[in-house]
Amino acid sequence: MTDELRYVYAVCRPPAAPLHADLTGVAGAPPRQLVHEGLVAVVSPVPERDFAHEPLRAHLEDLDWLAETARAHQSVVSALTTVTCPLPLRLATVFRDDSGVRAMLEDESDRLRRILDRIDGHVEWGVKVWLGDSGDGDGGAEPPAARPRSTPESGRDYLRRRRAGNAAREESAARAEVFTRRLYGDLARYAADARLHPAQTGPLTEAGSGRNILNSAFLVPRARSEEFLELIGRAEGTQPGLRVEVTGPWAAYSFTDGPEATDGPEATSGPEAGETP
Amino acid sequence: MTASGDPFAQREIALVDLLDRLLAGGVVLTGDITLRIADVDLVRIDLKALISAVNAQVPSPFAAVDDGRDPPELPPTRDLPDPE
Repeated sequence: MTDELRYVYAVCRPPAAPLHADLTGVAGAPPRQLVHEGLVAVVSPVPERDFAHEPLRAHLEDLDWLAETARAHQSVVSALTTVTCPLPLRLATVFRDDSGVRAMLEDESDRLRRILDRIDGHVEWGVKVWLGDSGDGDGGAEPPAARPRSTPESGRDYLRRRRAGNAAREESAARAEVFTRRLYGDLARYAADARLHPAQTGPLTEAGSGRNILNSAFLVPRARSEEFLELIGRAEGTQPGLRVEVTGPWAAYSFTDGPEATDGPEATSGPEAGETP
Repeated sequence: MTASGDPFAQREIALVDLLDRLLAGGVVLTGDITLRIADVDLVRIDLKALISAVNAQVPSPFAAVDDGRDPPELPPTRDLPDPE
């Protein structure tokens, strides 16, 4: 079959339990396990007309296609997390054929095993902090104008009101920072590892969420996840105007750089854990 | 999928959280067909502006707080500006 390429979702260690028969992957085909020298690649066939270099490039510009593909990728990885601890791959990792996948498993064997060892028994939790009341869409930082409707506002009043608004906003931003640093520090100490993602902004962010001031991920032993969530639960609600959002459990997407790469671009490892005020 | 009531049960995943992980996370292997996703032009719908994860460099996690004087406008504008 020359018109089929191989899409790889994840690598794990054998023996992974068989995947659910109904599971479908990217492009609708069921994923299968390709075993090579002690590693398993979870792959499915994808058509060359969509996943060769040029069509893939074009598709990645299409949000609907991207969303559908990302969800299919995640559904396979998510199914894997119920039977093993998979090492997820970046979206759209594509090989010509099975022998290309085997060659990759061989070439990358050391690195893959190292990361698999590190994430074994762990899951990833996403923790975000939002500033501002949800629902009003203005970030909640601006206090409502208190001036009476009938009397025109003088320039002086306007400036005073602006200053009061700015002061209130600065104060709430300062409180938010203290809370966020402390939360991140506490969680990072509890977790096996922590990462910061860029703050979420833009149209994909739900309107009315407020401002995203923390977008972080934590690698946590699966067995200690409940305690980890309790830690968040205790912090939640202690600061009015701040909302903590938890996502997961995820496969360890954010921790695939490997322990040796900590001096790389992942120097985004964030605020000093010990720096809590 | 796991049973409901289980702390590991999956809730519905927001696309933005998914793309944070799938476009910026996951191990990067050199496939036979390798696109560096951040290098894809992403022009048609200005995905770069849509997907914060692709704009990988964030100097301070608290940048949004540090310059709290100018909170970004929400809700987002319809015509997306250049990300930079």
